[in-house]
Amino acid sequence: MSNRPAANVGLVIVSHSPLIAQGTADMVRQMVGDEVPLAWCGGTADNTLGTHVPAILAAIDRAWSERGVAILVDLGGAETNSEMALEMIGVERARRIRICNAPIVEGAIMAATEASGGASLEAVVATAEELSPL
Amino acid sequence: MADARLADRPAPMIAALHPGAPDLAVLIHAAHAAIADHAGELDRLDAAIGDGDHGTNMRRGFAALQVAAEDVAALPQAEALQEAGRILLMTIGGASGPLAATLLMALGRALSVRPASEAWREAVAAVAARGRASPGDKTVIDVLTPVAAALETGAAAASIARIADAACAATRPMQARRGRAAALGVRSIGHIDPGARSAALLAQVWAKWAAKQP
Repeated sequence: MSNRPAANVGLVIVSHSPLIAQGTADMVRQMVGDEVPLAWCGGTADNTLGTHVPAILAAIDRAWSERGVAILVDLGGAETNSEMALEMIGVERARRIRICNAPIVEGAIMAATEASGGASLEAVVATAEELSPL
Repeated sequence: MADARLADRPAPMIAALHPGAPDLAVLIHAAHAAIADHAGELDRLDAAIGDGDHGTNMRRGFAALQVAAEDVAALPQAEALQEAGRILLMTIGGASGPLAATLLMALGRALSVRPASEAWREAVAAVAARGRASPGDKTVIDVLTPVAAALETGAAAASIARIADAACAATRPMQARRGRAAALGVRSIGHIDPGARSAALLAQVWAKWAAKQP
């Protein structure tokens, strides 16, 4: 990643499985290179399938952009833990973070592509969420 | 059958958690013991309709909380609940970590501004909002809701334990509408919800402890 402040919205991928999270991140990198700050986390503290808040907080730190961060999640626990992480991180940063209601792989690719073009956080999230039913 | 001695004593509710109460550490140790003793059972309940790790996750969280029991007990009430919630949040993981943490943290916040009875109701509402669950969805809410309602009417400790047990058993015929179990549809019927079971276990521990408070 470059040393200059991130010009684009960042992306965090949160899966129960580290393999899915990393694989999704690999696919994103293939699309957008290092144009988008990107981090992933998956698995619990003792390396079982699951998600937990400290890992999500650390991933948000790694992908942080002043323009905001979009989070892609897989199943319910990933979403609940991400919401909890937002509560822990403080209002100032939390208002620049959104959890996308979108399928994790497709949503990440769409969000990253949008973000790489310099789109706003709202536009990035909306693009990912176009993939969701309803 | 619950301890008969408890039956006619009003539950002192969480107000028993007076600042720096050394007995809070006793409650934490008892909660850890109950969860550890039943971790296998909770995993099996979860394996039937979920991902099979509820007991393992809860045991990890309460083990961490137990290590800090005396430090937590030394804090003023609201901070003790916040800190206990934070520890569980960082260690339980899964879907249960945020729910347990939300209950304790919301309770800590609410207790500083309103009476204990109403604070419980508010904390349970916070858990329901966090998990987007309603009564009847076959979740921990199905135990917490009647327990909070009973606390609000000043029910005796022993009856709180009984209400929690009955509410837990009542999740068996329910069809899950939240969490991983919801994907099973009608096949989730006939199993007790693991979150309801762990909540009932903790309610029993709490009732025993509360009945001993002055």
